[in-house]
Amino acid sequence: MKKVLIVCGNGLGSSFMVEITAKKLLTELGIEAEVSHTDLTTSKTEQADLYIGSHELMDNLVDGKRNVVGLKNLLSKDELRKVLESNLR
Amino acid sequence: MINLIMKDILGTPAILVGIFALIGLILQKKNIADVVSGTLKTIMGFVVLGGGAGIIVGALDAFGKMFEAAFTIQGIIPNNEAIVAVAQKAFGTETAMIMVCGMLVNILLARLTPLKYIFLTGHHTMFMACMIAVILSTGGLSGTVLVIVGAVLLGSLMVIMPAILQPFTREITGANDFAVGHFGSIAYFIAAHIGRLLGNKSKSTEDIKVPKGLAFLRDSSVAISLTMTILFFVVAICAGPEFVEDKLSSGQNFLIFSLMQAITFAAGVYVVLAGVRMLLAEIVPAFKGFADKVVPDAIPALDCPMVFPFAPNAVVIGFFSSFAAGLISMFFLPALGLKIIVPGLVPHFFCGATAGVFGNATGGRRGAVLGAFANGLLISFLPAMLLPVLGSLGFQGTTFGDADFGLVGIILGNIMKLFGN
Repeated sequence: MKKVLIVCGNGLGSSFMVEITAKKLLTELGIEAEVSHTDLTTSKTEQADLYIGSHELMDNLVDGKRNVVGLKNLLSKDELRKVLESNLR
Repeated sequence: MINLIMKDILGTPAILVGIFALIGLILQKKNIADVVSGTLKTIMGFVVLGGGAGIIVGALDAFGKMFEAAFTIQGIIPNNEAIVAVAQKAFGTETAMIMVCGMLVNILLARLTPLKYIFLTGHHTMFMACMIAVILSTGGLSGTVLVIVGAVLLGSLMVIMPAILQPFTREITGANDFAVGHFGSIAYFIAAHIGRLLGNKSKSTEDIKVPKGLAFLRDSSVAISLTMTILFFVVAICAGPEFVEDKLSSGQNFLIFSLMQAITFAAGVYVVLAGVRMLLAEIVPAFKGFADKVVPDAIPALDCPMVFPFAPNAVVIGFFSSFAAGLISMFFLPALGLKIIVPGLVPHFFCGATAGVFGNATGGRRGAVLGAFANGLLISFLPAMLLPVLGSLGFQGTTFGDADFGLVGIILGNIMKLFGN
């Protein structure tokens, strides 16, 4: 099963909300994947197939190997749905 | 038997929150594997939280001793995670009860009143529940009365705070899709008003070019290690190598000792954050799921970084302005007979930035600068004034950071004193 990691500065608030939305969207899309959320420091050492977070934060994670996607609007369901569809299908 | 249930089971906060998670998971009709793992992880989160507290306390103690030796006055580091972790030892059960009952009051108020907000920033709910528990206990309340009073208060704050900000949040986001649910609201409210009065909306911060590269400050662990190292170094040098090496480090070089203490503090906060994350992982979705069913037209109140993308420059400007106010306040606090609040990067970053975004929405650049500056003053003076009402917890070298904790705590503490006499 693919693993999606949602990232924010503290790993408490924003990333958690995106995770809840992502889980809902994945069920709607019929895609099976594990979703969790964490802070930036932990995300650097945690393995995942897809890293999602606010665009200005995600530059910190780009290393050429990770699959990193920065969202323009953390609250946009459409943007998140597109990201999940194009990366997990 | 009653003793076993009331004292040993419900009186162990870790088990209590575990039971809440268990009920939430069963109500959501999760499968047995999810129910078991979710419940265990919630309990484990609480235990991890306590472990983090142990790490933090040692470093805070060293910092406090050095600070007093250097400046003959007490220095306090406001950090929500630290104070809440420390408080859980004595107030864990009360915190957990107020938190869960407060969430129910929130849903009830959203259902029955025009304030349709569901406060989803779980860690702030927990921190506020903790502070209310401490102040009510210090004021002499206990048992059911404490939980009811605390829950009504917490539930009310969870709808009122997002509501007072909503006109401005709408201005920032251009929509009514979400509200800001963060207990720094009073400062953001004041920032928005200052912006309206003194600023010029047409000159937005977003028209200026601000260098990137400050994003690493949003990484809490890095930001905390960095500030604490600087603070520890300054204080250690002022206290003098003799004092540190004789009294604290048992001979280890004073700067190396300071560096390790600074990073130990950051590590403690990191552990607490991990604990809080585990603790909330099942409770918040259950709360949201329940709220969605009961209050169909609810507006989610979300953590403050949600507004950052709407004005990234105001975020940077707000942080600097707020931090400057914190530094200046440090010199004025002792003159007023208050303990020194050492400005931390994390509260000034998150709250200062949010105040900057609100100030910019109503008053452009000047609004962002002045609004965030006001936030910096508030989160310096309010925590200092909060200390006396926290009872024995006021002597731990740390306190609650964000503005609402200070304001609510000071008012509540003084009301409790009136009733006490």
